[in-house]
Amino acid sequence: MESTIIKSKDFNAYFGSNHVVKNVNIEIPKNYVIAVMGPSGCGKTTYLRCINRMHELIPGATSNGQMLLNGENVYDMHPIFVRLKIGMVFQRPNPFPNLSIYDNVIAGYKLNGIRLPKVEKDRIVEHSLNRVALWNEVKDSLNKKGSFLSGGQQQRLCIARAVAMEPDVLLFDEPTSALDPISTSTVEELFHELKTNYTLIIVTHNMQQAARVSDKTAFFYLGELVEYDDTKLMFTNPKDARTQNYITGRFS
Amino acid sequence: MMMKTGIKFRINKSGGIQVITIILAFACVIPLIAILAYIIQAGITKINWNFLTNIPKPVGETGGGIVNALVGSVIIILVASVIAIPIGILTGVYLSENRKSTLAYWCRLCIDVLQGVPSIVVGIVAYFWLVKPLGGFSALSGSVALAIMMLPIVVRSTEETLKLLPDSLKEAAFALGMPFHRVILKVIIPCGISGILSGAILSVARIAGETAPLLFTAFGNPYLTTNITKPMHSLPLLIFNYATSPYNDWHDLAWGASVILLVFVLLLNILTKQITKKWKVQL
Amino acid sequence: MDTPIKNEKITLSEASLGVIDSGKKANTVSKKTLRRPFRQIRTEKFFKQTLVLMGLIMVILVFGILLTLIVESIPSIRALGLKYLWGKTWDPVQDIYGAFPFLLGTLLTSFLALIISVPFSIAVAIFLGEYFPKGWLSDFLKNTVELIAAVPSVIYGFWGLAVMVPIVRSFETKIGVDPIGVGIFTSSVILAIMIIPYAASLGRSVIQMVPSSLKEGAYALGATRWEVIRDVIIPYTKSGLFAGILLSLGRALGETMAVTMVIGNTSQLPKSIFAPGNTMASVIANEFTEADKAVYLSALIELGLVLFLVTTVINMIGKKVISRFTNE
Repeated sequence: MESTIIKSKDFNAYFGSNHVVKNVNIEIPKNYVIAVMGPSGCGKTTYLRCINRMHELIPGATSNGQMLLNGENVYDMHPIFVRLKIGMVFQRPNPFPNLSIYDNVIAGYKLNGIRLPKVEKDRIVEHSLNRVALWNEVKDSLNKKGSFLSGGQQQRLCIARAVAMEPDVLLFDEPTSALDPISTSTVEELFHELKTNYTLIIVTHNMQQAARVSDKTAFFYLGELVEYDDTKLMFTNPKDARTQNYITGRFS
Repeated sequence: MMMKTGIKFRINKSGGIQVITIILAFACVIPLIAILAYIIQAGITKINWNFLTNIPKPVGETGGGIVNALVGSVIIILVASVIAIPIGILTGVYLSENRKSTLAYWCRLCIDVLQGVPSIVVGIVAYFWLVKPLGGFSALSGSVALAIMMLPIVVRSTEETLKLLPDSLKEAAFALGMPFHRVILKVIIPCGISGILSGAILSVARIAGETAPLLFTAFGNPYLTTNITKPMHSLPLLIFNYATSPYNDWHDLAWGASVILLVFVLLLNILTKQITKKWKVQL
Repeated sequence: MDTPIKNEKITLSEASLGVIDSGKKANTVSKKTLRRPFRQIRTEKFFKQTLVLMGLIMVILVFGILLTLIVESIPSIRALGLKYLWGKTWDPVQDIYGAFPFLLGTLLTSFLALIISVPFSIAVAIFLGEYFPKGWLSDFLKNTVELIAAVPSVIYGFWGLAVMVPIVRSFETKIGVDPIGVGIFTSSVILAIMIIPYAASLGRSVIQMVPSSLKEGAYALGATRWEVIRDVIIPYTKSGLFAGILLSLGRALGETMAVTMVIGNTSQLPKSIFAPGNTMASVIANEFTEADKAVYLSALIELGLVLFLVTTVINMIGKKVISRFTNE
């Protein structure tokens, strides 16, 4: 029985007077991988950033409507609290350059001022790096700075960093668009592993990726959630003409 | 939950630190406004026609003025500009045309050094280069000292301005058969004139209030003179001498002079800002 | 022989204007463009050489300054040796020269000024670089802070004499110190005001260079704004901020007029920060024209040489740090 972890009700987002996310109603079930796709400028990234309240960091950015995490409206909570439960991985890998790999993984704890005994920190680092299949590759260089890692490894480090906080949901903003094909497939394999413990919402402009990795797909167009269905159904039998056009490449 | 109270504390801390930062930042405005206000109220009443046209009278006599310092400042600055601005512009052209040569590297290094030389040291050097050999203090030696201080600003702003011009401009000129000196003088420099001009004005603003380089070069002169081979007075010198004297009359003259100097320097700075804002030049 | 050259000259001027305006002239231009005229080449060459000369002049100028300082310091170096710099007594009348009081005065005023001004400079830098990078409020602050640097130092000195000294004097009476008013403390305060813009503007530039992806990474992990500043921005801009502080220090070391007017001008070793003193720059300013002996003058020049070397080294280190920061 699937339970809903994230639910949006009549959710809107604006940049100033620019209405970029229009009346989104969606229910995202726990431990699913959801792909969010659509052409450039359709509002998918903005919507994603509203989930963990990163959207409001931009001057002039506002939103209204309900965004529920396990029934609680995230806009009624402290944004910090929200971001501890909902982690994010960005398009370009952004490990902290002045921290070692070890420190990068537990950066979330350090930033939040949470002091842990070394034993606990070691456990978290090893556990998180294992989750992203990076442990064996870096276990002997934990104290080095991450600049020698490849793009794909750096991105996995960022995922480990997010995972270390044990969030309920992981948001990915086009996580592989800056990576080469081999790193891309390594990261995509992770999604399958990660969904056992987390719910994943992945914004992607790559339809094939959406088809490969996700259980359900949401299609955004011009700020609206046009269609939301099981991935297999969406790609074989889309119900909306716009979805059909997008999938067949009429517009990208 | 432990986290929740921790978070509230951290959020408050962040807000508190923001407030402290804003307070500290705006506290910097206070001394400036205090200084400007004080100087203007102390000096504005001292400015009148006598003030602007008479030379200083001996202590105790009224009606003294600062015309010798006013005229002296203008002449010294003018001569300094005539020396520094053309040389500075040409050096800036040299640097923007020669990015990689060894001489250009050393030249840039020396410009950096020159920018940081204390003004009193420039005064010392000008003394040995011009005052001693020529046998006496002179406005010219003062101008040379000031010119040395103006050079880094003019050179740097010229170089930066010209670097921003697209290469296609030069190429178009060359393609029309223009020789190099014409390309520079008739095309490149006119195109970059706003940046070069603002650099020149900035350099004048920088040295208009300088006293130390003039202490043992122009030295000062109680009489009005326009002979640049003789010692000459200037506003900063007058302010320094009279401010540190024990006579109230002279203090008054110094206040009036301070207002004029301050307004002059501030106007130049504002002018520079307007030019850079209007033409979006990098200084 | 004559006529062809004359013709050449006429068409030359048209060619050098880069104008090929009509078919009538086109014929003559096309014939002549093949032969680059002497005069143009000569002017070009002369111009290029002039440019190189300018570059050379800069280098010669700086080395000339260094040389002059060294040459004029030699009499003092020869007569007094290196212990001149540690000598605690400065009494030219009795031919005793010891520069330590001035070294101490310079160090005290500069570092005290730095300590006072750095919190303000950094606050301005963070305000303009992170909290409010745009908007009329930030423009106002930015321009005001830049104007601080524009006010001539003799005016700071005059204001210091008229306003700060009485304030310090009453403060000194309150805390039970000799109420002189002038001294190391007063100079440091005035100096602190004057050097705020240097660290502030460089700090602002480097703070604005922090990539937003790094800041977003920290926010996404649940950091507050202050935590992002403390744990992301400041570590990233550490070297740039340090260079800005060095810049302020260099400026403080060389400042002459404002300090001269409020420091008290005594050659005694300052016993406390409220005592009067002298800096290297201010003693040169005060005693240069009164130096009647060769060694006296040379001793002062030697101070100038020390000032020149120290400020140059500090500025060079600062510039090197900045260039490494911007190239990383």
